[in-house]
Amino acid sequence: MEIILRNIHKQGYSPDISSYITEGGYKALEQSLEVKPGHLLSEIKLSKLVGRGGAAFPTGLKWELAHNAEEYPKYVVCNADEGEPGTFKDRIIMERDPHLLLEAMAICGRIIGSTQGIIYIRGEYFDAYEILKKAILDAEKRKFLGRNILGSDFSFNIRLYRGAGAYVCGEETALLDSLEGKKGQSRVKPPFPTFTGYEDKPTALNNVETLSNIPEIVLKGGEWFSKIGSPLSPGTKLYCLSGNIHKPGVYELPTGTPLSELLGKYGGGVEGKLKAVLPGGVSSSFLTDRELSVNMDYPSVAKAGSALGSGAVIVINDTHCMVDIAKRCTEFFAHESCGMCTPCREGTKRAKEMLTGITQGSGELSSLELLRDMRKVMYDTSRCGLGQSALNAVVSAIEKFRDEFEEHIAAKKCNLGICSG
Amino acid sequence: MAEVTLTIDEQQVRVPEGTSIFEAARKVNINIPHLCYHERLSLYGACRVCVVEVEGRSRLEASCVTPVESGMHVRTNTSRVRESRRMIVEMLLANHPEECLTCDKSETCELRKLAYELGVRSIRFEKGRKYHYTIDDSSPSIIRDPNKCILCGRCVRVCMEVQSVGAIDFVNRGEEVQVLPAFGKGLGDVECINCGQCILACPTGALSERSAVDEVWGAISDPKKFVIVQTAPAIREAIGEEFGMKRGSLVTGQMAAALRRIGFNRVFDTQFAADLTIMEEAHELIDRIQNNGVLPMFTSCCPGWIKYAEHFYPELLPHISTCKSPQQMFGPIAKTYYAQKMNLKPKDIYVVSIMPCTAKKFEALRPEMRSSGVQDVDAVLTTREAARMIKESGIDFARLPDEDFDLPLGISTGAAAIFAATGGVMEAALRTAYEVITGKTLENVDFGQVRGFTGIKSATIPIDGIELKVAVAHRLSNAHILLEELQKGTLPYHFVEIMACPGGCLGGGGQPPPTTFEIRAMRAASVYREDEGMPVRKSHENPAIKALYDEFLGKPLGEKSHHLLHTKYTKRGLV
Ligand SMILES: Cc1cc2nc3c(=O)[nH]c(=O)nc-3n(C[C@H](O)[C@H](O)[C@H](O)COP(=O)(O)O)c2cc1C
Ligand code: SF4
Ligand code: SF4
Ligand code: SF4
Ligand code: SF4
Repeated sequence: MEIILRNIHKQGYSPDISSYITEGGYKALEQSLEVKPGHLLSEIKLSKLVGRGGAAFPTGLKWELAHNAEEYPKYVVCNADEGEPGTFKDRIIMERDPHLLLEAMAICGRIIGSTQGIIYIRGEYFDAYEILKKAILDAEKRKFLGRNILGSDFSFNIRLYRGAGAYVCGEETALLDSLEGKKGQSRVKPPFPTFTGYEDKPTALNNVETLSNIPEIVLKGGEWFSKIGSPLSPGTKLYCLSGNIHKPGVYELPTGTPLSELLGKYGGGVEGKLKAVLPGGVSSSFLTDRELSVNMDYPSVAKAGSALGSGAVIVINDTHCMVDIAKRCTEFFAHESCGMCTPCREGTKRAKEMLTGITQGSGELSSLELLRDMRKVMYDTSRCGLGQSALNAVVSAIEKFRDEFEEHIAAKKCNLGICSG
Repeated sequence: MAEVTLTIDEQQVRVPEGTSIFEAARKVNINIPHLCYHERLSLYGACRVCVVEVEGRSRLEASCVTPVESGMHVRTNTSRVRESRRMIVEMLLANHPEECLTCDKSETCELRKLAYELGVRSIRFEKGRKYHYTIDDSSPSIIRDPNKCILCGRCVRVCMEVQSVGAIDFVNRGEEVQVLPAFGKGLGDVECINCGQCILACPTGALSERSAVDEVWGAISDPKKFVIVQTAPAIREAIGEEFGMKRGSLVTGQMAAALRRIGFNRVFDTQFAADLTIMEEAHELIDRIQNNGVLPMFTSCCPGWIKYAEHFYPELLPHISTCKSPQQMFGPIAKTYYAQKMNLKPKDIYVVSIMPCTAKKFEALRPEMRSSGVQDVDAVLTTREAARMIKESGIDFARLPDEDFDLPLGISTGAAAIFAATGGVMEAALRTAYEVITGKTLENVDFGQVRGFTGIKSATIPIDGIELKVAVAHRLSNAHILLEELQKGTLPYHFVEIMACPGGCLGGGGQPPPTTFEIRAMRAASVYREDEGMPVRKSHENPAIKALYDEFLGKPLGEKSHHLLHTKYTKRGLV
């Protein structure tokens, strides 16, 4: 069952506009022009689609808020920053089926009453940028974008904006500030972007993958979509398999597919002996072989004590030291924190120091308790998702692999010979 | 606006929609601990000290940026809240130098106070790395110690929102975040106007004035120096606050007594020089009006405003009155006129001024300010520094008997007293200009239209056939608005007063903390009370000023005045 990768996996498919049209591309947009935005909106709501960027917010509700806002102009912003380590799904869509995204954005514009779309694309995605640039020109030539699309009274343009390499700019409000030319750091919420977004105007901001579901929902109906995968959060999900796995890559599967099936049947099995999995990237908590039966949908993974996030499934085998991996996670967050709010800026820095100490043989047992307390406070008080989830991986590693940490601290050595201490 | 009812710590409170939890809590007498919040600045929501529990929400909320909702249940004092706040402050302290004992802000530091109140008695991150930044002492007015900075952003917001300068901002991210002037330059090398509003806003010792206390003690102890002190109009209603007296207490006599006991050879008054400024400035205005000079004319007493214009509005420099400020008129008069009377040489005299202002330190060092042949004003103390010297001397300020200023440079009028408040220079100038132009007596000397804390005030004053149009702005953000309008040519004024600091000098960056809106208002009330109580309320009727012209200067705008009392300005460009 593929919705998003359906074209890409066809023989001879190219990112060219003619390829897309041959496969029925831009039909959904054409249809959208013939019905009322309100009708389209109710289909999206019916689909129960939730955001694939990490926060799992209902897309229909988000668009309804933007639709109901009475200020103009409104904006459609696509979050293509994809900065989370181990995530590479949006890139595939943009490089190999760019028109899918463009069509989806135009439909979103039609629904909320916007005439301007902006794609905020990760700075390092050079190819995707060039491909999208060409795609926009081609779509304009064929009247799928621009003034009076397909002869209707609906106009919609899309422009590209390149990020400069800060992970936090993937956070929606930091992204908006960055788009406006400011330093990328999160805004105070409320007001939410649906009311006060880009240039303080109503804005629907969505992930690339979220948007890419839209054309099929328009063509086949919300109800059709709502029946796919787990009823808890229906549809499919792109999982980015990486780490110690035989066949790493992007897999589109119905939500709710068990983690064991993803690793075994699709990923070709774990290389060596499995130690731990991060099901939703470095902001999620580690799962172990005891939790492999978890169904990969947002509520089920949350119930297992972790998070599905953007779908970066990182597999770790027993050649890796969990203390070392925990340390690397803290290095990432200390470097990527925007540094605005105290708990995240200071907490990530101190966590990094403590873990560095532990890997170097100068750690203290009390740090393990302190890190747990810090996780709680950082979750409770940080301003945005970065700080709120920065210590999830670390604290779950301590909980599930405590003996490894204690060994580093007490015996001052790393059994695997990885840590320098 | 619609109202909502919510519960805060089991108390019901009704507030307008859109109110923050923080403000709503104040209504039921709960002062939620905070660091980045500042009542006169935009919300920042970054320190996270003000977090509270809201029933039904999974995380704590920062109360300063969370709007109330109807039926909300808020708890501001649970163990979860207390533990979070404590850890956040511990995190800040883990970076922080342990220098409270020697810190400029040790008495008033909000971080130190908060750590005490929140019960932080040890720091669990003790082994953590501290900052090792170099202290920025490039500015003649302000010392910036980034090691003590907690990144609350109040200074950044004051500089941008209150002063429209934007000399400092956040740079870098994560653990490398800092507040810095553009391109990492020193504060002395950018557009900073030295106003010191950031010092008042800063909760810690990261920003403080460049102290002149040691130099002044040195001069006082030097038997070869004749040390004169002048006190600005805005000191007498503020310095008492440093000694626990009621806010806005008028302590002119005690201040004079204390300064004499510290060891100054003469205790004089900048208000004398303020009267002199009015003589020169009113005549300059009349001259510009009668001889088709450049109009509108701007006041020139505020060195913050002058530097602002030099950076941002160089094309307006010909509009600025060439009169030096009262501080800088006093210096050369003391070192020439008074020196001759005393049979002293300019270099034997050491002039100290006590100012509500950090920009005055910069002004005294301007190369133009050496018309007595040596530096006209040798050292500038802020109100805070002067108070510290009095404390260091062990003087029980509040119990001192009143004493008078010395003669003759201690004589002044009500017109000079009101220089301390926004609109005061304007009002004083009008009192004199009216009588000079008409030759008649001005019966009612009060110009209420230019008083008060409205950002931009304007009035039309009929003077013998001339409809004199005037405007007054305080806070440079207001000045900025006014100047933009003026440049569009939409506002026809003859005379414009601009003061950089909110409320005028009584709210200056050298004043005792806290200097809030309410405290500024109390000081202003004292200023006008002082004016009313003065026997003479017009500058040109000051007998000492008359004598100065008769014996020494000749006439206003005369040759001697030109040499000693007038100056010129420099285009400074942007960084
Ligand atoms: C630190 C941080 C980084 C994020 N990075 C991304 C990202 O790279 N791409 C993305 O789509 N969403 C990212 N998000 C989530 C966005 O804030 C936002 O929820 C999402 O873009 C909304 O789109 P959706 O509803 O379609 O998921 C990030 C969130 C946080 C807190
Ligand atoms: S949580 Fe971290 S990244 Fe988010 S606002 Fe706070 S400092 Fe910035
Ligand atoms: S800024 Fe405050 S906490 Fe820091 S050294 Fe000074 S008094 Fe102490
Ligand atoms: S002294 Fe005034 S101009 Fe300079 S940084 Fe501080 S607030 Fe800005
Ligand atoms: S210098 Fe002071 S006011 Fe400015 S950010 Fe640092 S602590 Fe806050």
